[in-house]
This record gives sequence, structure tokens and C-alpha cells, in this order.
Amino acid sequence: MSALTTDIQDGIAVVTFDLPGESVNKLSDAVKVEFEALLIRLRDDASVRAAVLISGKPDSFIAGADLDEFSALTTESAAERLSFEGQEMVNRVEALAKPVVAAIHGACLGGGLELALACHYRIATDHPRTQLGLPEVQLGLIPAAGGCQRLPRLIGARAALDLILTGKSERGVRALRLGLVDELVPPSILAATALTAADRVAREGPPRRAAGGGLRGYLLDRTAAGRRMVYRAAERQVRARTGGHYPAPLRALEAVRVGLEQGITAGLAEEHRAFGELAVGDVSRKLVQIFFATTALKKDDGIPPGTAAPRQIRRLGVVGAGFMGAGIAGTAALNVEVDTRLKDADLARVGKGLKAAGGVLAERLKRKRLTRPQYERLGALLSGGDDYQGFARADLVIEAVFEDLEVKRRVLSEVEAVIRPEAIFASNTSTIPIRDIASGALRPEQVLGMHFFSPVEKMPLLEVIPTDATAPEAIVTAVRFGRRMGKTVIVVADHPGFWVNRILSPYLNEAATLLAEGVPVEVIDRTMIAWGFPVGPIALLDEVGLDVAQKAGAVMHASFGDRLRPPETLARLLADGRLGRKSGRGLYRYRDGHKAGADDSVYPLLGIRPVEDADPSLVERRLVYAMLNEAAMAMEDGVVRSPRDGDIGALFGIGFPAFRGGPLRLVDDLTAARVVDVLRDLEDVHGARFAPAGSLLEMDAHGRRYYPA
Amino acid sequence: MHDSRPGRRVAIVAGLRTPFAKSGTVFRDVSATALARHAARELLVRSEIDGREIDEVIFGQVVSSVRAPNVAREVSLLPQLLPSVPAYTLNRACASAAQALTNAADQIALGHADTILAGGVESLSDIPVLHSRRFSRILVDAGKAKSVGARIGALARTRPRDLVPVTPAVAEPSTGETMGQSAEKMAKENGITREAQDRMALMSHQRAAAATADGRLPAEIAPWFGGRDLDQIVTADNGIRSDTSLEALAQLRPVFDRRYGSVTAGNSSPLTDGAAAVLLMAEEKAAALGYEPLAFIRSYAVAAVDPGWQLLMGPVYAVPRALARAGIAWRELGLVEIHEAFAAQVLSNEQAWGSDAWAERLGLGAPVGQVDWACTNVMGGSIAIGHPFGATGARLVTTLAHEMRRRDVQFGLVSICAQGGMGYALVLERD
Repeated sequence: MSALTTDIQDGIAVVTFDLPGESVNKLSDAVKVEFEALLIRLRDDASVRAAVLISGKPDSFIAGADLDEFSALTTESAAERLSFEGQEMVNRVEALAKPVVAAIHGACLGGGLELALACHYRIATDHPRTQLGLPEVQLGLIPAAGGCQRLPRLIGARAALDLILTGKSERGVRALRLGLVDELVPPSILAATALTAADRVAREGPPRRAAGGGLRGYLLDRTAAGRRMVYRAAERQVRARTGGHYPAPLRALEAVRVGLEQGITAGLAEEHRAFGELAVGDVSRKLVQIFFATTALKKDDGIPPGTAAPRQIRRLGVVGAGFMGAGIAGTAALNVEVDTRLKDADLARVGKGLKAAGGVLAERLKRKRLTRPQYERLGALLSGGDDYQGFARADLVIEAVFEDLEVKRRVLSEVEAVIRPEAIFASNTSTIPIRDIASGALRPEQVLGMHFFSPVEKMPLLEVIPTDATAPEAIVTAVRFGRRMGKTVIVVADHPGFWVNRILSPYLNEAATLLAEGVPVEVIDRTMIAWGFPVGPIALLDEVGLDVAQKAGAVMHASFGDRLRPPETLARLLADGRLGRKSGRGLYRYRDGHKAGADDSVYPLLGIRPVEDADPSLVERRLVYAMLNEAAMAMEDGVVRSPRDGDIGALFGIGFPAFRGGPLRLVDDLTAARVVDVLRDLEDVHGARFAPAGSLLEMDAHGRRYYPA
Repeated sequence: MHDSRPGRRVAIVAGLRTPFAKSGTVFRDVSATALARHAARELLVRSEIDGREIDEVIFGQVVSSVRAPNVAREVSLLPQLLPSVPAYTLNRACASAAQALTNAADQIALGHADTILAGGVESLSDIPVLHSRRFSRILVDAGKAKSVGARIGALARTRPRDLVPVTPAVAEPSTGETMGQSAEKMAKENGITREAQDRMALMSHQRAAAATADGRLPAEIAPWFGGRDLDQIVTADNGIRSDTSLEALAQLRPVFDRRYGSVTAGNSSPLTDGAAAVLLMAEEKAAALGYEPLAFIRSYAVAAVDPGWQLLMGPVYAVPRALARAGIAWRELGLVEIHEAFAAQVLSNEQAWGSDAWAERLGLGAPVGQVDWACTNVMGGSIAIGHPFGATGARLVTTLAHEMRRRDVQFGLVSICAQGGMGYALVLERD
């Protein structure tokens, strides 16, 4: 079956791209061959004056290149050749003497946009599903089918770099304003408009596209001196954002620069050269692995396929209208569009929670991601009260009350008294074992954990925690619901701290220990940011809240013994009334809710003198290996089902540096032998908490890895 | 005995309202649409009904908003309901919500619908304020002007008095008489004393205060989360004065006839914002969904008198008609809810129902009945609780139905006087 079908109407060839057996259109070798043949036919068929390229898929124009094909590449030269062939094909579209009109509805990304850019006229729909962008840098690559060349020529260097260096995509309205497309129409008249446009362009030639931006735009985009400023500014931004860990954006910048300053031929050469190097480079490999892992997780319901079907959730009940509960309610209303009832002990708290939940929607309204009518409609899904009215119809109830076993058990029994027997009860806890909460349940098979991360609307991870008693139907329902909330979901075992807080625990303890030894706050945090974390461990403690961290630390200590004994530091800080950001005082100072430098008064409070010359490499080593070791132990305990889940959990739950692939991937890269060696050294100096995990010793002994080599 | 009307019996399954608030107070910045949607959504949530069961939405509103003239449609577009649910807004003045309920009942009785959400809303804080006709014309001319000069010329015709806005009046378009003037006229013609009116008002406040304190009224109210941060929580009606007294009421000066009048702000219902909603179902539908109805609709009737005469005497005609259609006598009523627009009107209606002269006028062999205040307006009335024109009917039915269940009463009556000389009466029954 072919992907391209051509229908000639009145001298206009309408080429419909509809990749058989796929939900979206992707560019692959096979498609490329078909396309080349098509171009020759169009060129040679005298009855054809112009062509329209349109998709046969419901909401996808062309989603990009086929990643499976791409990840099979093993050598730099093969990758370079792939890019070169793509460039050639796109060049031939542009060089065709007959105009080609791209009729774009749905995702038009990566190679799809590069192809559209080579067409002579572009029409997009105003539908929200229509997204245009070059996301290659997000996979550690660069647009290498002429995208780095044609985009800046079409919309100017600044706008093009903004898209290429971040990988973000734009909707139709914005694409029109940028000059990325020539026309914007509703989906219903896309095909007809494209035919008319093809006819017009065939007769009159492509339209003159006015360069916007006024004098400033002229100077910055169209003078060599102005562009030099643009390149410098872009480079500064990229370096600040990537910390020098991600090479792709800089290579993309270079490809754009070479193309604009030395001509398109040189630019294309730079593109495919850079692509070849990046494609087989370590960072891109890691990012692509993560992409595949995330994609696989989207299809993984946490139970063997076919064992149970998810229940439909028509009403969500949320108990506890605090920060977490409100975040869960707001995110559910926004992304799942589910009727959501919030319950707390008194109406003042409910009002506050409704305000915060509505704030999730208001934020989208402000950023124009929601229209006013959509905002009003979704807002009407949120309601609340100080009793359980409305819960009888709930299909899923999530409790997000105070982190205390007795409180959570009481809530469970109250909820069980009012909900339908088939409704599911989920506890949002970060450390309390679900089986303890469920032990008094009437229907333990309907009880599980859903551990969200704060702030719920922003954090991409959800841990779903079944107990031994949880029914498969409940698991699949929670997983699917979390996914509809926009989360990447991992199913983890019912162990204290689950996965994320388990591996975070020794890391935060070690940070507090380092502090107690006199290593300054900034040194600790700066070291880990340089290593690739978005925030340092001390700042993270402030974010989480020192009280919450202490409580969690105590649970972990009780469960795992002295290995996870929290240092005294936290208690002393708490005694001083420091709860972290929420109280405006922690290890950092806060001004108007913004972090305003480390708080030097903590040193006298803790009775320590900051060490002037702390060695960052030792700081890094202790923090990183504490986490790697704990990850290995949690793997032994079967906390996650696979290294894939463990790494995704660390990446999305803690912000573990993506270019390192995750803690387990890192162990493989370092080799178990090396990890064991370092841990033994640390154990000698700092004590038994660094004793290497048994599984690491075994992996070392047998030369085993987490992932196949 | 059974309903004499044809068709299926209609159940009142649940009812709920917002707090009622004096206009210009806590709902000052709230639209009628928001109030109506809140009452409806809370009713849906608390009655634990699947929103897909709702077949139609009918709401009453007297002074409609310019931005959302069909407020019922805004309600039916709640995300809890299917977008395919049709909706309309009606206006039978102060009986609008009650009319919405009986229109719903008719549709259910006919088998056109199984479940209908009906109610009403009024926001006198959210009313259209119009330009004077002259100023409107100037604006239209300026809008059509082809040049800046012509536009300035048109606008230059504006005189200060043109800028005085026109607000809707609580007055009869046919007679120019305001409601208060009509009540004043009724008090005089029917010999209703100031003291009798003030006693009636005092009873209204005392009973409403008691029903608020013992939780009967709060049970019918969905708390409102107001203010920018949703931290202003309104749980009760703000017109109820638990501390008022006959002496305090006697201090108030008559509003409509300062020399010889007796109608005061104290013995009249205040201008009020609020919404109320009722869930109605075919009897068999309620049974199938497992609801135990509060009560069933037995009969209703509407009547009208010449507005130039005693404007608020419509109920005198409507009530005997409804009782006849129900096939029952007044003395069989265990509970009665009379809308208190003005104490003077309630007392005039009471007088007429009890009089032989009126019995003759109505063509009845005996008076309609004697109002027994022990079982009438037992939780207070519109004077204390407030009177959002479009919503009151749904409040009365909800209160009556709940109290009928509490007291295990077989028959109950709602009587409402309305602008335009209209009267409305509804009989509820329980098995």
C-alpha cells in the first residue's frame, strides 16, 4: 500500500499523504522513495500546473521523521547521509517549476515542517491541534532537512532561532503572525482554499512576503552586524539554559549562522555534518531513549494487557482542599474535564481550595491557552463543600489530607461509608505505606496510592501504588486517569517512600550532613546544578518544606534504619521556625516570595563555620553516589518494575539530568564495578551508610547491567 | 383520591437555592447567570443525579440581563449536563419560578420529558441600565456618521438631562402605579392596620430566624463562595432580623404615602438577589432512580385581575381554582406557603379567602378558607427571607415540600401574587 495518492483536479494535483497502518504521518525511507517518484511524475505530467500536499489523517499533517528508523543508525556517516538525502528531497520540492501548496491541519513538526517550508505556499488551519515547530533539539538533534536554512529566511533570524533553539511549537494564529504560513482558515475549507491558492500561485507566482518588524527588525534580522548581536544573545541564552550539557542548540545556532552568512549550500553542509555527529552522540542517544521510554509508558497500564478494563471516571472526589488537593482538582478539571468535588472540614478551607484549583485554569487563561468560554466551562466543573454530599456519584476519590496515618485511615472509612462499592479510593501520600492506610478498609481491593508531586499542575510524574490486595481494575483506572491528567505514570511497589522519595531520601540527608560539616549552602546547590539538576538539594529542601522533609525522613529512618538516619540539622532549623519557602524562612532568604540568596544566619544557628574551600567534586560524589546506591537497593526491593520506570521516575520526579539518562542508566555507564569502588571509598571515610548495595556487588561480580548493552 | 389532571404524576425530588441577599450587598458583583448556575450545579451535585438524566432546563427571570437574556440556556450549558439539553427562560413576574416548575410538570405529565431542572433567578444588582431614548438616538446617529465632523455634530446635541439613565421600575406599565402604591391602596381599601402589618412582618422575621438557627433553612441553601479570593462565604439570607421588634417596626416611616400610609420598608419584601432550583421527575422515573420524592404536584392554577383595581388580589382567584382542580378543600391543607410581597397584600388575601362576600363574588357556596397561621409560612416568608422576583416560587415550593415531609403532611399549598394583577397557586401532595 502506498502512502501517497494523487488526484488531479483541473490541472491541480492533490497529493494526499496517509501512511498505512499508522495514526500519524511520519517521514521514512519508504515514504521518501515514493515522494521522489511523485515529484518526477508531477514534473513530467504536462496536464499538472500545480500541486497541493494535504494529509489524510484526522489531526496530523506530518509529525516528523520516523524515529525507529533513525535510532537504528549506528554510524556518524549513515546519520549524515540520512540528513543529506532529506535535504535533497526537500530541495527538489522547492526547485519544482510547478508550485506546491502545503495544506496543514494537525501536527506539522520536524521534517514535516521542513517539507512545508520548501513548498511555495502554506495554509494552516486555526484548529488547536494544528501545531508547527521544529522539536529536534529536544531529542538532542537539529533540524537537518534545510529547516535551519529556510526558516530564518522566511521569518527572520530572531523568530527562527526562538523556535529552533527551544523546539517549541506554535498554533496557527501565531504561525500566521510569524509569517510561517501564508493563510489561516478553518479546517472545513482547508482543501478548497488550497486548491484555489494552487491555481492562483500557478498563474501569478508566489506572493511577495513583506518582512515585518520595522526598523528594529530590519537592523537585527537583515544586517550582518545586527545578526551578530542576535547570535551572541542566542548563544548566551542557550548556555544559561543548558548549562553546557546539551550540544544540539549550539550546533543548530551554528547551522543557522553559517547558512545566513555564507550561503545556503554552506548552511546545508553544516546541518548534515552536525546532525551526523549529534545523532550518534551520547546526549541524543539518551534523549531518544527517554522519548521511547515515555512513549512506552503511555501504553503501559501497569497490569498485564487484557486483564482488566479501566472504569470511566465521571466524577472525581477530592478530600483535603489544601495545596495538593486543590492542585489535583484543578489539574483534573483542566485536563480530564471531569466533574470534581472538593471536600474539607470547613467552608473557609474549601473556598481557599476552590480558589487555588481555579487558579490552575486562570493561569491557562492568562497565557491564552484557554479561551474565556472554555475557562468558564471548566471552572463550573469545580465545586466544593464541607460534607460528603456529591461523593455518592464519585467514581474515584483522592484524599490529600494531612500526612498522618490515623487521619488518612479516618478519611478512608468516612469516604467508604458514602461512595459506591465500585468506586476507587486513592491516597495521595509521599511516604506512608498504602497497606497501612488500607488495613481497615471495607474494600481493600478498591484502595491504592496515587502519589502526585507538588505543584501538581506542573510536575509531570505520578506514582501509582497498588497494595497486594488492589484489584487490577483499580490499578488500570488510576493509571489511565493520571495519564489523562497529563502525567507520566509509573506503577511502584508499596514500600516506604515508594520510588522517588526513597532515592531522594539519602540524597537530601547527605546534603544536610554536608551542611552540618560546614559546606556552604551555595556550594552544595551550585555543585548539583552544575552536575545537571534544575535546583540544588538545599533549595529543594526549602521547596518541599523542612517540616515535611523531617516527617518523611523519620518514616524512612524507621523503615530502613541508620542508613537513612536524618542528620540533626533539620530539627534545629525547625526549632528556629524555619519551614522553608512557605514560611518565608528556610536555608534561603525570601523576598516577596522570591529566593534572595542563602541565609547566612543558619551557620551560627547550627554552630558551624562555613568551610571556605570545600571541594565541589567531593560534594558531588557523596550526593550522587548516595542516590545511586539507594536506587540500586530499591531495585533489589522491587520498588519499580523495570529500570525504565526507575529512570523515568527520577527524571520526571526529581529532575535528574536527562543527558545522564537516569540513575540506573548512569550506573550502567559508570559500570557497577566503578560504582562499587567509589562507594567503598566513601564507606571508608564516611561510614556504613555508603556500604554498596548487594545487587551492585552481584552486578559487578557477574558483569551485569540494568539495560542491555 | 388522585390527581384529576391527565398524564403522569410529577415528583418534587429535591430543591436548593443560593442564600438570598438584599440587592447591592454580597451579590453586588455577581451576575444572575452565576447565581443560577450555582444553585443548579449544587442541586445536581447534592442530589447525586447523573447530569445526563436532565431532559430540559426551564428558569424564570423577571428583569433579564442584556448579556444573557436566556439564563436557562446558560444553566443548561453547565458541563454536568449534556449540551443537547434545551432550555428556555420565562417571565410570569413574581410567579416565574413557580411557573417554570409547573411548565416542567406539564412536560413530564405529557411524557415529553422524564426529568427537568426548573427554577428561577433574579439579580437586581445586575439589571440593564438604559440610556434615555434621546441619547440612544444620538448614539445611533453618531455611529452612522460618515465623517468625524458629522459624528461630533451628532454628539454635540447631547444635553445633560439626556445622560440620566433609565432603570427598570417596579411599576405597572399599564397603570404607572408602583407595587408599593398598590399595596398601600389595598391596605386602605381593605382596612388593614399598620399594626397588623407590622405583626405579620415580625412573625416573618422571627420564624425565619428560628428556621435558620435550627438548620431547616440552611438545609435548603448552597453556600456561596464570594470575593476575589473566594474567602467571603455566604451561608444564610442577610435580610432576616432576629432582633427586630414591634417597636422597631413601628418606628419606620411609610414609604409610599408619607402622611396617611401604613406600608413601610419593614412590612414589605426587600429587593433581593438570589437563585433557586428544583429537580422534578416523573413518579416512575424517580422510583427507577431510587429517589424518595419530597412531594408530588397535585394541581395548579393561575388567575388575573385588572391591574387598575387591587393589584395583588390574583391569589384570591387562583387558590380556589387550584383547590378545585386538586379536588380538596382548604381545611385539608396541612401546610401553606404564601408569598409575602407586602404584609398588606397577605392580609388582604387572607381576608378575601375568609369572607362570605368574596365567596359570592367567586361563585362559591362558602368562603375559600381560613388561614391558620400555625401551619402557614412556618419558616418565615419573603418579608424576612427576601424576594428575588424570578426565584421566589422555587424557594416556596422547596420549603413547602421539605416541611411537608418533616411534618408528614398530605396536602400543601403555595400562593403567589404577581405583577400585572396575576395570582398563582400550587397544591402539593404526599402519599
